[in-house]
Amino acid sequence: MTTPNLLVLVCILYVTFLFAVAFAADRAALKGRGTWLRSPLIYTLSLSIYCTAWTFYGAVGYAARSGLEFVTIYLGPTLVMIGWWWTLRKMVRIGRSQRITSIADMISSRYGKSNTLAVFVTLIAVVGTTPYIALQLQSVTLSFAAFSKVDPTLTSVVRLRSTGLYVAIGLAVFTILFGTRNVDANERHHGVVMAIALEAVVKLFALLAVGVFVVWGLGDGISNTLDVIDASKIAEWDVPGGRWAGLTMLSAAAFICLPRIFQVMVVENEDEGHLRTATWAFPVYLMLMSLFVIPIAAVGLKLMPSDANPDLFVLTLPLLAGEDSLAILSFLGGFSSATSMVIVAAIALSTMVSNHIVMPIWLRMRGGTAMVAGDVRDVALLARRLSIAGVVMLGYLYFRLSGAGTALAAIGLVSFVGLSQFLPALMGGLFWRGATRMGALAGLSVGFLLWLYCLFLPSFGPGVLLPVSVIEHGLLGQSWLRPQALFGAQGMDKVVHAVMWSMLLNCAAFLLVSLLTFPKPVERLQGAQFVNVFDHSSRPGSWTGGLAQSEDLLIMTQRIMGATEAQALFSGMARKQGLTGYLPEPSTEFLGVLERELSGSVGAATAHAMISQIVGRATVSVEDLLAVADEAAQIMEYSSRLEAKSAEQARTARQLREANDKLTKLSVQKDSFLSQVSHELRTPMTSIRAFSEILRDAGGLNPEEQQKYSSIIYDESRRLTRLLDDLLDLSVLESGQVTLNMQLGLLSDMLDRAVAATGGTVDGFRIERDLPSEQIVLNTDVDRLSQVFINLIANAHKYCDADQPVLRIEVRSAGDKLEIDFADNGTGIQMADQTVIFEKFARIGVSRAAGAGLGLAICREIMARLGGEISYVPGQSGAAFRVTLPQEMCMAAH
Amino acid sequence: MTEEPQDEIPGEVTRAVFYERRTYRRRRMVDATRLLPILGVVLFLIPLLWQGEEGARTTDVMIYIFGIWALLAGLSGLVSRDLGRDRSGSDSEAGADVDALETPGGEGR
Repeated sequence: MTTPNLLVLVCILYVTFLFAVAFAADRAALKGRGTWLRSPLIYTLSLSIYCTAWTFYGAVGYAARSGLEFVTIYLGPTLVMIGWWWTLRKMVRIGRSQRITSIADMISSRYGKSNTLAVFVTLIAVVGTTPYIALQLQSVTLSFAAFSKVDPTLTSVVRLRSTGLYVAIGLAVFTILFGTRNVDANERHHGVVMAIALEAVVKLFALLAVGVFVVWGLGDGISNTLDVIDASKIAEWDVPGGRWAGLTMLSAAAFICLPRIFQVMVVENEDEGHLRTATWAFPVYLMLMSLFVIPIAAVGLKLMPSDANPDLFVLTLPLLAGEDSLAILSFLGGFSSATSMVIVAAIALSTMVSNHIVMPIWLRMRGGTAMVAGDVRDVALLARRLSIAGVVMLGYLYFRLSGAGTALAAIGLVSFVGLSQFLPALMGGLFWRGATRMGALAGLSVGFLLWLYCLFLPSFGPGVLLPVSVIEHGLLGQSWLRPQALFGAQGMDKVVHAVMWSMLLNCAAFLLVSLLTFPKPVERLQGAQFVNVFDHSSRPGSWTGGLAQSEDLLIMTQRIMGATEAQALFSGMARKQGLTGYLPEPSTEFLGVLERELSGSVGAATAHAMISQIVGRATVSVEDLLAVADEAAQIMEYSSRLEAKSAEQARTARQLREANDKLTKLSVQKDSFLSQVSHELRTPMTSIRAFSEILRDAGGLNPEEQQKYSSIIYDESRRLTRLLDDLLDLSVLESGQVTLNMQLGLLSDMLDRAVAATGGTVDGFRIERDLPSEQIVLNTDVDRLSQVFINLIANAHKYCDADQPVLRIEVRSAGDKLEIDFADNGTGIQMADQTVIFEKFARIGVSRAAGAGLGLAICREIMARLGGEISYVPGQSGAAFRVTLPQEMCMAAH
Repeated sequence: MTEEPQDEIPGEVTRAVFYERRTYRRRRMVDATRLLPILGVVLFLIPLLWQGEEGARTTDVMIYIFGIWALLAGLSGLVSRDLGRDRSGSDSEAGADVDALETPGGEGR
């Protein structure tokens, strides 16, 4: 007869064997020999930690209670696995490219390496995994009890508890020995993976052996066994549709979110290609594990007493038949299932706890630098060991509290629902760039709280953690707040109920808050890296140069990775950069590599924080973004400057064009003037010559004729003189050599003189003046100003083409100027000519009245000398000229 | 003599409209991989239709479920083996091609 002592011995031997295998595998991996260690088969087998004691013992119990429903727990992962191209492939790729260490690391990395989020995910993972670990403890404890012939349903609670405690302590020690031999979680645990793979084989083999024994040993072949099933109470196919679909979905979600699955699938992954094998091999494994569950349950129901715990049929059926060795094999299978789960789950959780909770706190207590004192490695290892012990003990606590009487599957489902709360944040992070940190936090908290309230707390039974009144009448007596009939959803299965509300509101909160909040720069960067991981797998966010001290980095890295590894890494990088020695340039590439290496040991958030402490800059700091924005602004400014410049050039070009037009026009005018001048000069010269010849040659001229001819000669020479005087005058004025003869004079006097000089109001020419306004004393060159007035009046005389020509002279003061307008009632000057009338030689309407075209040019020069100006005023009834004088020249006349 | 520059817009990725036979097949295999889980969901839900007055027996459903299970695993094995063979055949090219094809669109693309 098998005694508990023998079982303990078997367990110890088995564990020692596992340890030896793990050790050998580690050694082989170290020497680079065990290529077979990295085969896709090992990977697939390691995934089988999905099948825990829940599967090994609980599935049969589940089937004995609810028939085929148990299979949903394996259909979900099967669907996820064959749909690897959708999600798993991306997760594995991201895990490898970002050196992800845990699911908390994954989520926190995605949302801007936020440690708050990592802490939150870690807490949920710890709380969510606790029932699962309790389940393992319970199953191992029960299996011990089954052997000790104590009726499992009536076990003395004291015995169970003490066994549970021993099992918990044993598992914790075992896991610490196994899982924390090296600190880099990303430096794959070859030994652990190998041991898990071996355990996977053991549990599959054990379950198949029991199945074969039950079908062919106890049930007399397949057809007879099918008859037994048909005759049992689970013969009817009556699984509720909601539970069938809901649990399949739930198990699929849990498969993606479970920390331990994440650990073996993503963190321990050696090669993405392994996933391709696992995509069919893992469903086959699951199928084989489930194959004999229904037959074992049916035969157990038939053969075992009605009060036997169906969770233990796998063990009690061989015992009943007296097959002790098969029973021990079966026990080992169950033990394997439980230990592998606890080991990997504890490793995964301890990594999270130490990376995201202990290390940040420790670093902060250390004054924010990683290099002052102490060995980070030791701290990390210690943190991990303590977390493992803590996690396992939490499981034990749950086991104690929940009373160890619940069906295994029910406990497992509680855990599944809790961990599935990661799904929206995880999937949203992988596929939606709009997902934000706040959204993830909101979704996770809503889902977590609902799970606690609807499923976790009630799972201890009424009155343990949640008062009976709350369960029956709702929180604060509000019946719509009843934990198992939230919002009036009565009559639902409580698991489906919890899944529905928690996932629904989790997703809603996640989406809504994501839509409403704005992500930080690092978050957006990481979002792009995750969502588009296949576009740029190789490079995570880069460090922006900076003057990091390579030596400081080396010191820090040695503390974390160990001296040899750190020096190897640094000198390798230095060689790559073409340098000798141990200190590479702190280039962007090097810092990126270093961060990824460190994140393998301490998690992305911590590694990032440590490097930024030394380098002094975060991946994308606000300064960087500002610099980028600044650059953009500079570019914009430059382009706007270019634009301004080109506008200016256009303006200049326009001015040049105008000037050119003017020049061309003037040149034409000058040509015409020259011909005019030569004509003007020639006409008097011709008459002078002709008449002087007559006077010289023709004798016998009477005195009258002589008088007449010589006066013609005289007049013509005067005309010539005047013309030459004008030219001389203008040239003197232009060269600035003129001397002004300043004196006081009355404006009206000057105008009187000018009117008189031009012949006054003869030939019907009328001049309108306003005498009172002209009573202004001016301090000016009276002669020159009069010359201007004469010129203007003479022009009006000459050019006004009205039938009854009228010249109006108006005097008024405008601000600090005195304006004198000379406006006639003729046709005025055409627009095109207005620009040139003040130029030298400018004459309008070439053929019209005589004149050299110098008058207005002289006027302009005179006015410029006097500090005033003369301009043409367009838009009057005729030609209008305005003479403007500075007011200071004026003195009121009295 | 210098070569005439190609009449190509710089920075614009030119992609063939038709792929060679192997690449084409690989893409269809990827499609199949994506469709498989959908097929699986549908097939696994079918037994729910059998419930009713004279409901099916657990044994029938069990045989059906396990049959489908094996079928899905088999199909998945076939498809993934096809994908794997091509990957080892002409490595990076086809792989990169499918990767590029695979990436879902996001902002900024």
